[in-house]
Amino acid sequence: MKYVGKGVPKIDSLRIATGHPVYTEDVVPANPLVVKILRSPHAFAKIINIDTSKAAELEGVVCILTHRDVPKTRFTLAGQSYPEPSPYDRYILDEIVRYVGDEVAIIAAVNEKIALRAMELIKVEYEVYEPVLDFETAHEHPSVVHPETDLICNVDIAMQQDKNIVCSHYQEIGNVEQEFAKCAVVVEETYYTQAQAHAMMETYRAVSYLDHTGRLVVTSSTQIPFHIRRQLARALEIPASKIRVIKPRIGGGFGGKQTGAVEVFAALVTLKTGQPAKIVLDRRETFTCTTSRHAMRIKVRLGADEEGYIRALDIEGLSDTGAYGEHAPTVFWVLGEKTLPLYNKTRAVRYHGKVVYTNKMPAGALRGYGATQGTFALESAVNKLAEKLHMDPTELRLKNIIRAGETSLAYHGKILGSSTLHQCIERGKEMIRWQEKYPRQEISPNKVRAVGMAVTMQGSGIAGIDTASAEIRLNDDGNYTLLLGSTDMGTGSDTILAQMAAEVLETSLDRIIVHAADTDISPFDPGSYASSTTYVTGMAVVKAAMDLVAKIIAQGAFLLGVPEEEVTFNGEVLQCGEKTLTLQKLAELTVLGTGKLQLVGHGTFGSDVSPPPFVAGFAEVEVDRETGKVELLDYVAVVDCGTVINPNLARIQVEGGIVQGIGLALYEDVKYDAKGNMLTNSFMQYKIPCRKDIGNIRVAFEESYEPTGPFGAKSIGEVVINTPAPAIAHAVYNAVGVRVTKLPITPEKVFQGLQKK
Amino acid sequence: MFTIERVLQPATLEEAYQVLNAHVSNTVLGGCAFLRLGSKKIGTAIDLSKLNLDYVLEKAEEIEIGAMTTFRTLETNPTLRECFNGVLPKAVSPIIGVQFRNIVTVGATVYSKYGFSDLLTALLALDTEVELHKGGRMTLIEFLNKSYPKDILTRIFIQKNKRRASYQSLRNSSSDYPILTVAVSELDQKWRIVVGARPLRAQIATKASEALSQSKLSAEDIGQAAALAAEELSFGSNIRGSAEYRKAICPVLVKRGIMEVLQCK
Amino acid sequence: MQIEATINNQKMTLEVAPDELLSDALRARGFLSIRQGCDTSCCGLCTVWIDGKPTLSCTTLAFRVKGKHITTIEGVRQQAEEFAQVLAAEGAEQCGFCSPGFIMTVLAMKQELKNPTEQEIIHYLTGNLCRCTGYLGQLRAIKKYLGGA
Repeated sequence: MKYVGKGVPKIDSLRIATGHPVYTEDVVPANPLVVKILRSPHAFAKIINIDTSKAAELEGVVCILTHRDVPKTRFTLAGQSYPEPSPYDRYILDEIVRYVGDEVAIIAAVNEKIALRAMELIKVEYEVYEPVLDFETAHEHPSVVHPETDLICNVDIAMQQDKNIVCSHYQEIGNVEQEFAKCAVVVEETYYTQAQAHAMMETYRAVSYLDHTGRLVVTSSTQIPFHIRRQLARALEIPASKIRVIKPRIGGGFGGKQTGAVEVFAALVTLKTGQPAKIVLDRRETFTCTTSRHAMRIKVRLGADEEGYIRALDIEGLSDTGAYGEHAPTVFWVLGEKTLPLYNKTRAVRYHGKVVYTNKMPAGALRGYGATQGTFALESAVNKLAEKLHMDPTELRLKNIIRAGETSLAYHGKILGSSTLHQCIERGKEMIRWQEKYPRQEISPNKVRAVGMAVTMQGSGIAGIDTASAEIRLNDDGNYTLLLGSTDMGTGSDTILAQMAAEVLETSLDRIIVHAADTDISPFDPGSYASSTTYVTGMAVVKAAMDLVAKIIAQGAFLLGVPEEEVTFNGEVLQCGEKTLTLQKLAELTVLGTGKLQLVGHGTFGSDVSPPPFVAGFAEVEVDRETGKVELLDYVAVVDCGTVINPNLARIQVEGGIVQGIGLALYEDVKYDAKGNMLTNSFMQYKIPCRKDIGNIRVAFEESYEPTGPFGAKSIGEVVINTPAPAIAHAVYNAVGVRVTKLPITPEKVFQGLQKK
Repeated sequence: MFTIERVLQPATLEEAYQVLNAHVSNTVLGGCAFLRLGSKKIGTAIDLSKLNLDYVLEKAEEIEIGAMTTFRTLETNPTLRECFNGVLPKAVSPIIGVQFRNIVTVGATVYSKYGFSDLLTALLALDTEVELHKGGRMTLIEFLNKSYPKDILTRIFIQKNKRRASYQSLRNSSSDYPILTVAVSELDQKWRIVVGARPLRAQIATKASEALSQSKLSAEDIGQAAALAAEELSFGSNIRGSAEYRKAICPVLVKRGIMEVLQCK
Repeated sequence: MQIEATINNQKMTLEVAPDELLSDALRARGFLSIRQGCDTSCCGLCTVWIDGKPTLSCTTLAFRVKGKHITTIEGVRQQAEEFAQVLAAEGAEQCGFCSPGFIMTVLAMKQELKNPTEQEIIHYLTGNLCRCTGYLGQLRAIKKYLGGA
């Protein structure tokens, strides 16, 4: 293959790397109003009165909006296909504020200084309520976070508003208790995974204005332009046809920009004033007033027979969605979906639990989306089981994990189309030198080194829901335009999709213009999330390209006056015996001349399955016995993402995901004080890994061929974040015998564990 | 959001001092790294950059460092890399990044007496004096322990002696604030143990220092001195670590500091 | 207040407010490569050179650059592109939002350090955060760039 499998640079690389103005804030219309948000200082309160009169008098203040001025239609900021499983539980501005940072008033002024001064002049009286801050007791707390009667659930998620329960879930296949009773060995442990911040480098931002027909145009750093359009239509009570959403280059997303954090505020100001408006959240707002990963408590029970076959698996989860239910049910469901099928020698599996509201910043989508939390808990439990069985943990996996061609209790009766996870484990063992190093090596009286491991699966798109379309146009000069609605947030998806198109069209990459994304122009795509773009949009692109090739051949045959079946096309020239026609000539004749037919290839794809990519992750750590400090020395990740479309970009995805996973494992933690104020509100207090924190990371691919994917490809975006936390926790245990069950693994927790021994 | 109404780049220290004390809202600017964190309303911001205070000067008896000297200069200055086993460069080099250390100044850091300061911990282990424009010259210890009327820190002086020193810190992420900092030094068998980021300001563990100086430096003596340091100092909690944890790891870092000094030339 | 400064080798007279930050002043004058990532002086996105030294423009008050030479990536485009090509060959620019500040620091390092070791490279660049790449691709690119330069 000419393009698939090649590590070509991203088509936008030079321009974005060298600081050209291509991001949201760089493409602002002249003199936009600056939008700032006055936010609640209380975790839970009712607004009794807002006096904006002084602020409104300030010269340069153009509008101030409070809960009295906004449409009263409940909606969700979650970017999901309609009907969203996330509850419609928020107004643009509500009279009840549900976390410190919840929006109280929208201020628009001619510049930032004036907007901020106006903010200081707004006087708000609150009736302060007792906040619900502990998610483990939220269900019995006397305060009800969402007492409103007009909350809407599109699908039945078993909500119990009076108990702060957003959703309940129960899934059991086989009889779990009966199987546990038969097991020779049973382990049980409760794990806690923390809230994690996305910490993309470009904070949330959007710009809005009215176009020449009076339609609302919103340019936003978003992963989900089409969902944003639908969300705005509902929240603002205007038809979607009156809204256009444009996505320029995005400075990172990681799922954060799958939630509409800011668009509605700028849009409302533009609708109210008729003027362009811009909102840019600062880093503090990005940390404290958007979304984070759902913090969870996960209890795992695992049962195995004497031979080490895992027969029973039971996971009970409790998830903290914070003040609003963005992605609350779906993240919870995904935890079970992406863990239960992995070990398929089971005879009974169960996944159940609840998601609760609390008066903290809402949780939302974040790379891994529940699978990350589930993997930490399940893989930690599997490592514990291995010890109890006196088995090498790698052998335990090799014996129990699902293979291609097999199914699993919780795999909906489907057959796994591809997997090289067994090879991934074997190769990873060699790379980390497991046989030599497992479990530990004493380095000095204080220092000990050890290895640990974990495996994981994710999905590729959402089965039965994600549907993406792509179009490819043959232009008048024989070049192509690839129209996409997916959202390259830095991953390089525009490039790899162009690689796929180039492969089918047998053309060179520079002859494909990629356009994404603009809801007026792009074919529908849910956006880039759920590890969908390579797989779902990719397949749509392949179909579109094949459709176009067929049309080119048909048109060529017509122009050459020969039967279609006899025409060959090599990307440049159509040929039938002696007769030839160049693509360029064909384009000229069809688009400009007598052909009167611009050729466009269409492709729409949705899949009944969500083929899982797999990773085997291996960590080597050095633990300081006297301080508990863990140093990550080496991390090996061996990945099965099907066919690797672009090895360079895939490798960077893995490395970046591993480092984000290292952050989850060792450093990152969203923390609150006793009143619900977030303490970790800056990069000084919330530490993402820096260059010195990550040790060496080595990545290898064990390619499989996914029969349902484009060129055999599966996804890679999310799965790569899942293994570091359990593998590092395992390595720490192997080093010093301390099982940290509550992330992150701080020096203090390891030290406390050592003291207890 | 901070605001500044006026700026002044005075030609003399006296002018700077007069303006500083002319109004309560007038402030001397350091590196300004923390300015944006607060909502300070500054009347006149006084910038000392025209006063030639950005230097490290090696003299016969002492090393003189101007208040506007940046951390990056401390880190790269050849004299400081040589003296005291390079304890000052070691202390400041983990802080954030080059572009941050190119901004942050010695004067503002010392004058602000930050609890988390790596620099203060290291300076306390040396024979450091500070000079205030009005308050004159005094030992760093004296400066840290007393409160002074609003003044301008102009220079610090470090006695150029044969002090051997080491610097230890425990951080979770490498670029985080420290959970604990320790500097240990020795001159003519007199030892000094300093513990900072407790998270309270760096302080000399006097009893431990004394005990170590009196001892034969056996493994047991070192262990006892290290334990004593943790006993005599107070520790607090913040999001990086609890008081108990800090107290527990204090002897570990102190012991490592002592061992490192013993290995220094 | 009015100050004179040299920006990318061009002498300019700038009208700046006493509390205006250099990053804002530069962006307002069309140097849109300047990005803000943190508000707390610790992400490195806004790095420019002041008299050749990599410095946080988000922390520098604009009036303080009076008489100084400021260099943004717009002023060293050719060098920046040479490195960016190596970076892109690794796929390590990713979202690109932090790249201008990162590249300015890399180019400063190249001038300041002779044959830096891997440890020295990592140390020099610790102040440049990146959430996409995991840093290793950047390191590979730097080594290739320095090796070939």
